[in-house]
Amino acid sequence: MERINLGSHHEDAAQFREQIRLESGVDERDCYQCGKCSAGCPVAFAMDYMPREIIRMLQLGLIDEVLSSHTIWLCSDCIACYTRCPRSVQLPQLMDALRIRAREKNLAAEKNIGMFGDLLLGLIKRFGRIFEMGLIITYNLKSRQPFKDVLLGPAILKRRKMGLLPHKIRSVDAVRKMFERVKEMESDTP
Amino acid sequence: MRYAYYPGCSLESTGIEYYLSSLAVARKLGVELWEIPEWNCCGASFAHSSSYLLSLALPARNLVLAEKEGLDVVVSCAACYSRLKNAVYEARKSVEVKEKIGQAIGQEYRAQAEVYSMIEVFTNHLGLEKVAQAVVRPLEGLRVASYYGCLLVRPPELAMDDAENPRSLERITMAIGGAPVEWNFKVECCGAFHSTFRPDVGFQMIDRILEDALREGADCIALACPMCMMNLDMRQKDINKMKKSNSYIPVLYFTELMGLALGLAPKELGVNRHFVNAMPLLKKKVLQQ
Repeated sequence: MERINLGSHHEDAAQFREQIRLESGVDERDCYQCGKCSAGCPVAFAMDYMPREIIRMLQLGLIDEVLSSHTIWLCSDCIACYTRCPRSVQLPQLMDALRIRAREKNLAAEKNIGMFGDLLLGLIKRFGRIFEMGLIITYNLKSRQPFKDVLLGPAILKRRKMGLLPHKIRSVDAVRKMFERVKEMESDTP
Repeated sequence: MRYAYYPGCSLESTGIEYYLSSLAVARKLGVELWEIPEWNCCGASFAHSSSYLLSLALPARNLVLAEKEGLDVVVSCAACYSRLKNAVYEARKSVEVKEKIGQAIGQEYRAQAEVYSMIEVFTNHLGLEKVAQAVVRPLEGLRVASYYGCLLVRPPELAMDDAENPRSLERITMAIGGAPVEWNFKVECCGAFHSTFRPDVGFQMIDRILEDALREGADCIALACPMCMMNLDMRQKDINKMKKSNSYIPVLYFTELMGLALGLAPKELGVNRHFVNAMPLLKKKVLQQ
């Protein structure tokens, strides 16, 4: 009988896994598929693959399937899985690395979440802090749902819970430089 | 007792009640909070989905400002607490990481300042006996469901209490004369931003938390995270609309309940600024004394 190599489904899979291990600090081979992560996952009901299955797919080399899954975006980073994992697999850190990769390869199943993150980091770089009103308005426009949550607007303003203008810290230059240095440092290391 | 205080972005806007009540309660109990001048955003839930180094550098700049003052840091927001504490943890684990952080922020980071949640200041540093002694308006008969969410208690390396069955908030409730409710969802995730991106998912996650608190007979929910507050408080109206139901439960920061017990005025604490109005409940059970 011929042996089937379950790890070679995808040609570049080995290299991809190696890189994900470096970036996330997670070794997918640590997982023995007990399923405790998925039993306790609060978002499992909405996922297309259970967290356990994401790891299994990595083990099998189903890379594009993992990167185009909704699961990696629906993970809410609650860390219940890692807290309970008998093998200390840091699933949330793995999800972070996979989300970055999914966007790079243009496979992200939930585009708005990554876009929201970009907007948020852009505001931090510009003002040093998050300007919530600006964030929501830009997000609504960019995600083409201008009236999303608009009914909450008056209630928020009435309670004076959001300013209409950003608060810019005086030392915003230090923050901006930090962003730039991080970018340089990350492009230096392969 | 003097600490460097990191409020975080939400406490300037949607979490304003947490800011007002944290400061008022600390002042009342003789805890001095020195707000880190020119603090910057910790990167919240998104920096780590973009860059590991950025997610450490953003909080570290604030920690350096505290270190220069020789102070440990207290954080109200659960998410900021987690990000700041994570920067300390990662820097202490690896000299290389510590140096990279320093390089990124353009100044030396020593990872000397400790990071504490606001809860720990009362339960571990000041001590709940002192809190109890200062109570002038005990919350007698008020049934409080303590909600911790995720980032105060997970991951265990960064947690300020037990991951599965934390008791700090219940102990505070008892110290101020209230009755803690035993319930099932105190460490279950509220879904964070899912209520915005995927309301079909987020609303369900919020709803089962609210439902369980009501089922176990809670009068209100007490929590320590502005993100959880947005979800559990602001979204109740939409969830009721979705379910064609009409059940509401007030949600308050634990510092608001402390402030009330210490005799502070609701307005001073921001209690009147929530979406689900807590005033009728408080008038009936607390303020008539």
